[in-house]
Amino acid sequence: MPFGNTHNKLKMNYSAEQEYPDLSQHNNHMAKVLTPEMYANLRDKETPSGFTVDDVIQTGVDNPGHPFIMTVGCVAGDEETYEVFKELLDPIIEDRHGGYKPSDKHKTDLNPDNLVGGDDLDPNYVLSSRVRTGRSVRGFCLPPHCSRGERRAIENMAIESLASLDGDLNGQYYALKNMTDDEQQQLIDDHFLFDKPVSPLLLASGMGRDWPDGRGIWHNDGKTFLVWVNEEDHLRVISMQKGGNMKEVFHRFCTGLTKIETLFKDKGHEFMWNEHLGYVLTCPSNLGTGLRAGVHVKLPNMSKHEKFGEVLKRLRLQKRGTGGVDTAAVGGVFDISNADRLGFSEVELVQMVVDGVKTLVEMEKRLEGGQSFDDLMPDQK
Amino acid sequence: MSVVPPVLSCTETEQKWHKPRTMGVKPGPVDAMVVVKPKPDATPASGIRSTLYKGYSGELLDPSTLNPLPAYADMEPDSLPLICRMNITSDKPLVDSIFGKIQTGSLPGQPKESTGSAIQYLGTATRRLASARLPFIHPYLLNCGNKTMANNFARILSSKRNVGILSLIGAGSLTAGFLLNHEHVTAGAQVRRVYPASAEYPDLRKHNNCMASHLTPAIYAKLVEKATPNGYSLDQAIQTGVDNPGHPFIKTVGMVAGDEESYEVFAELLDPVIKERHNGYDPQTMTHPTDLDSSKLTSGNFDERYVLSSRVRTGRSIRGLSLPPACTRAERREVERVVVDALAGLKGDLAGTYYSLTHMTDQEQQQLIDDHFLFDKPVSPLLTCSGMARDWPDARGIWHNNTKTFLIWINEEDHTRVISMEKGGNMKRVFDRFCTGLKEVERLIQEKGWEFMWNERLGYILTCPSNLGTGLRAGVHVNLPKLSKDPRFTKILDNLRLQKRGTGGVDTAAVGSTFDISNLDRLGQSEVQLVQTVVDGVNYLIDCEKKLEKGQDIKIPPPLKK
Repeated sequence: MPFGNTHNKLKMNYSAEQEYPDLSQHNNHMAKVLTPEMYANLRDKETPSGFTVDDVIQTGVDNPGHPFIMTVGCVAGDEETYEVFKELLDPIIEDRHGGYKPSDKHKTDLNPDNLVGGDDLDPNYVLSSRVRTGRSVRGFCLPPHCSRGERRAIENMAIESLASLDGDLNGQYYALKNMTDDEQQQLIDDHFLFDKPVSPLLLASGMGRDWPDGRGIWHNDGKTFLVWVNEEDHLRVISMQKGGNMKEVFHRFCTGLTKIETLFKDKGHEFMWNEHLGYVLTCPSNLGTGLRAGVHVKLPNMSKHEKFGEVLKRLRLQKRGTGGVDTAAVGGVFDISNADRLGFSEVELVQMVVDGVKTLVEMEKRLEGGQSFDDLMPDQK
Repeated sequence: MSVVPPVLSCTETEQKWHKPRTMGVKPGPVDAMVVVKPKPDATPASGIRSTLYKGYSGELLDPSTLNPLPAYADMEPDSLPLICRMNITSDKPLVDSIFGKIQTGSLPGQPKESTGSAIQYLGTATRRLASARLPFIHPYLLNCGNKTMANNFARILSSKRNVGILSLIGAGSLTAGFLLNHEHVTAGAQVRRVYPASAEYPDLRKHNNCMASHLTPAIYAKLVEKATPNGYSLDQAIQTGVDNPGHPFIKTVGMVAGDEESYEVFAELLDPVIKERHNGYDPQTMTHPTDLDSSKLTSGNFDERYVLSSRVRTGRSIRGLSLPPACTRAERREVERVVVDALAGLKGDLAGTYYSLTHMTDQEQQQLIDDHFLFDKPVSPLLTCSGMARDWPDARGIWHNNTKTFLIWINEEDHTRVISMEKGGNMKRVFDRFCTGLKEVERLIQEKGWEFMWNERLGYILTCPSNLGTGLRAGVHVNLPKLSKDPRFTKILDNLRLQKRGTGGVDTAAVGSTFDISNLDRLGQSEVQLVQTVVDGVNYLIDCEKKLEKGQDIKIPPPLKK
């Protein structure tokens, strides 16, 4: 809506070839999939709220590539984007999510009792555990496309619902624009504060507009459950704590999420979800569960081992630096998390992380003792 | 100085004061910056400040002031907004209600049917209210202090006795005005909206730019429903000002134009912004003189012991194509094609070559960097938030003549930026080449049926309102070791209508005692007048410098007429 040239109806006076972006230098999922024919088919379509294919691909056109990861290169402006621009998004989803077909069904499982183990990761190696996901509120446009009024409405709904949480989920909301200096410092010290994104990947999609209007952070008193409002998605829900008790983290995660969902339903709102894509979020890479369960784990020996990458691949895990997706590891401490989002349920993904990290720690101990870990090599999951 | 340093646009460098807090970037030393702080209690303009979900407060107005019928006189009776059917007049009997005294025909007393659509979005509280009869004492409202009644509207109703009716009327008329939009929308896409203007109005409390100073909620409500024939909307025009609250050195404009029609459709906001930025130039009553006859320039040769280089720049937009914040890829490519085509027709000392940013070879790129000609993707959020950097580097490029004295940027901040420059102090020749080149390019595009965006009110139309009129910045790099240390330096510059910048451009400090001195004004005076101002002014500065060298005293000149 209020961004770029998507309003521009004069573009239909030009042919599709004249409008087709120059993707010759590009290396992202969108550039691999978007042929001139596809562009010609899609360019006169728009979702009910007015999101066009140019909006979808703008971030991919402006950002040819990323040094560490193959970026998606497109975003959704609303729930209908995934329908109206199926032709473009289905192949991207298939490519990004390990062959997920347009006919596949996604399973949602938020019952923490189904998780086996997870409470006994070795705290000498596993420094912290964290589970995050996102949720979008049905009927509202997503951050790249929403108007200020919509964003504020989402914020209000979030504030109301979160205010009703109690017990160990009792907490407080801090709006980004009204924060006092003390509150800000405290949130920075807790590593909770998010700030205006600087990554051009995000900014080019339009999600940084009107910052910091309508954005804020809620967390519980125990600082173990955290909700970001209107950052990259309507809601980002994070459960975390120090140490290796992933079971407890996941338990709180599921309980909290379910409670929030119920509170929204009471007000007549539901989350964007469907059988095929699971939970619908802004970036196609976060579809399905939108879940990233991870640990900060010390693997100084493992990380220097030539088979590290292979092990991770077989375990369906990915590594990042401890600063997040664009950072390198510091002091042999890695952020290890699930690589998948779609096609596996939440329980399955957390199980993979729990089992995988256990294996990695075992391997690390072997290497410390100067032994090999070949007998521990897992099969491809 | 071996090479003429480039004078980069004010927005070339990344703003450091806006870096995220978590990245640990510290602001620069305070003594190097001039910080313009917004006044703590300032309200941008008269009118009701939007507080989003709070109702009005205060005494009930004389009912006759609430009669909206004349405003909606040209509407069909059955499409009149609710407020016209409330029959609010001063001779209607008042009755008591939970809100205090209200008219018998007013909202809480309206029958259910007539409140249907207009009330829809206001929520369940109003619907229940609307169907009730007076006197209205509903237990639902009596519980309003309760935490569970988080509904904002109910809070409005439950607070002070006098508040209720005004807020209902106020909210109703806002909705009605929005839903039954009979305001004339200039041809083109109607902007879809789900929320009333009051919910969409940006939060400008921390902002200090021209847009924020003039965008009242009333103007916003009026303009937000409009769009230019291309479909460009107000929200798009102001996005950069909303995203960037202020700049340490200058009060930024805070908005852009997406096309030529933006200056007409959004005139209600743009005219006051232009007036503030251009020293009281009123687009509604004044006309802008255009004069590119460089033969009129006198004394245009500076003493080269002081003046190191001379430069004149402006911009031009191609009529019929959208401006960089709003253009599509095809339009941008069309601009490139039209301009490059025309430039290929230049001859003599203006003959040159075009280097497209996408197709440049490494050697060409290095040469352009060495010449200080190459521009790169803007990093300043002032520019990127307006959308002008989309699809970079598609259809962007640099053209320059063989002698490297005439340079054109294509599709950077404007369709074209035209620069004439030379080492030394021969401003006359620089301006001659500037005018000849511009006129030649104009002639060449006219042959193909195109023209530049220009009108009598605003002169040459460019993306940023600060560049309207001439869009001209004529400047020199001049060495003034003694004068620059004189405490009267700034006042002298002010009176001469000149500004100083560091030799790296607007965000930089001077190196040594060499300054970039250029004209302050853009609109309201012709090109010849502005360049003459620079010539006379710089000559005066050099004169002062020479006097100080000899130990003589200098005088502050009388202020020039603006």
